[in-house]
Amino acid sequence: MSDWLGPTEWEALALSTKVALWSVSVSLGPAIAIAWVLARHDFPGRGLLNALVHLPLVMPPVVTGYLLLIALGTQGPVGGFLSDSFGITFAFQWTGAVVAAAVMGFPLMVRAIRLSIEAVDPRLEEAARTLGANGVLVFATVTLPQILPGLIAGAVLSFAKGLGEFGATITFVSNIPGETRTLSIAIHSLLQTPQGDAAAIRLTLVAIALSVAALLVSEVMARRAGNRIRGMAS
Amino acid sequence: MSAQLDIDIEKRLGAQMALQVRFQAGAGVTALFGRSGAGKTSVVQMIAGLMRPDRGRIAVGERVLFDSAQGIDLPVHRRRVGYVFQDARLFPHLSVRRNLLYAQTVARRRGQLKLAPVCDLLGITDLLDRPPGALSGGETQRVAIGRALLSDPSILLMDEPLASLDGPRKGEILPFLDRLKDETGLPIVYVSHAMEEVIRLADTMVLIDEGRVAAQGPVEEVTSRLDLRPLTGRYEAGAVVPARIAAHDEVYELTRLDIAGGGALMVPRIHQPLGTALRVRLRARDVTLSLTRPEGASPLNILEGTVRERAAPEGAFVDVLVDAGVPIWARVTRLSADTLDLQPGKPIFAIVKAGAIDRASLGRAR
Repeated sequence: MSDWLGPTEWEALALSTKVALWSVSVSLGPAIAIAWVLARHDFPGRGLLNALVHLPLVMPPVVTGYLLLIALGTQGPVGGFLSDSFGITFAFQWTGAVVAAAVMGFPLMVRAIRLSIEAVDPRLEEAARTLGANGVLVFATVTLPQILPGLIAGAVLSFAKGLGEFGATITFVSNIPGETRTLSIAIHSLLQTPQGDAAAIRLTLVAIALSVAALLVSEVMARRAGNRIRGMAS
Repeated sequence: MSAQLDIDIEKRLGAQMALQVRFQAGAGVTALFGRSGAGKTSVVQMIAGLMRPDRGRIAVGERVLFDSAQGIDLPVHRRRVGYVFQDARLFPHLSVRRNLLYAQTVARRRGQLKLAPVCDLLGITDLLDRPPGALSGGETQRVAIGRALLSDPSILLMDEPLASLDGPRKGEILPFLDRLKDETGLPIVYVSHAMEEVIRLADTMVLIDEGRVAAQGPVEEVTSRLDLRPLTGRYEAGAVVPARIAAHDEVYELTRLDIAGGGALMVPRIHQPLGTALRVRLRARDVTLSLTRPEGASPLNILEGTVRERAAPEGAFVDVLVDAGVPIWARVTRLSADTLDLQPGKPIFAIVKAGAIDRASLGRAR
């Protein structure tokens, strides 16, 4: 297998996986928070927040990437501040690819989690409160276990999205081998080179395998979690 | 006896209904009785803090849970109420054991009660390692009661805990509730619209009708009141009489009950020790009246008294309230009532069918 893929192809594969995993990890917390707010609270501006979260899903990815570049580039308002104050830069860094993947996967994640929060029986949460659990404990011990299948589904969707992200990533952080050349960008680059077809096909097969594997893993995990919350023996 | 629960609250529930409830409850079981939609559940939800009154005060013992005047509104998790929901609400992702220990492990609430004796009391020791999905309805409700008990509550709120169960399952739980009341000493608020449960379990009764307290007092008193008949139910018409087991007759398998007011009843053998205090429910249709002591009839179960009141006639029948030391209802035909000239003050003999008293009509008094 290691001979089958060349070193640059391995590099692209490893980078993509790293970027996708990081993007899932950093967006999980905010996604739960926003899904919670959207599912449980009614406030002025709720529709706006919902639209904002879903924007990356409906906008052309290149537009999202361009907006990220404007906002988070070293000359941008947010990016300039982060760079000057903390020395954090995203432009042309793999961390920028993480941001692009996280933003693109965010609506998918929020959607899945929000649906599962809406399906949680609030009567169980009431019961936990009467037993002495405060809000945080109720969430951690009753809500969270109940939404686990949705959480897994959301995380896998976002992971898959991050693995394959192309438009926003290449616009935001360009195509730097070893730094921002992820799987999709590598395939695209290979197709531009004269003898790249074979390698492109190999990477395509890898991409398919990874996607199918992610789907299978999420199915199994979601089913286990589902059985558990229905009170069956797992 | 000092009041364990002191409640005086107002709450608007939609356009049609305003809840205005005020009562005090001592130790033992206080039944909130009334039709569906009368506002009973809202009252317990407000005690638990799951619903907020518009105005008023709720205190359990010395602890004020809610006081709109003083701006006190303890959050649910700090109220120390053991709430047994009609639908049990066990956590499906936790085993029975972890459900029972939820309050102790998650909320770090530890009271006097320990897991083992509570499981003994409720007969759920064998279920500990099962998931809640594998329990029967009766088992589920017993586990829910155990879970509430183990949360170190200062009061137990039971919202129709038997309503979702069929007859045999109810019978399975009632003895546990009897023991609960005897052994824990917690004040219990028991919401129900089933008179048999109230008579079996409750000491005090608060009758709720359209969001208001229509009557409150000892169960015996409230159930015997004529003006409350439309609320306590026509088919359930009857009186509840305090009694004590005076003797057992092993040969004929009978038990003699001395009832308050001086009379005695012979009923089928009750397997309880001598001296046990009981409440006996005498349905009006199981009691007939006679002007003279019946001759030739079995001398058992004849109570002497005077006519106190006549209810409004219903078809061919009329119910008559007799003062036999304790109030007793008798159902006679209107014809008999007129023939016997049953006017208030008239001396009368009330004849109670021995077969009328069965397990379902007995409750344990405190």
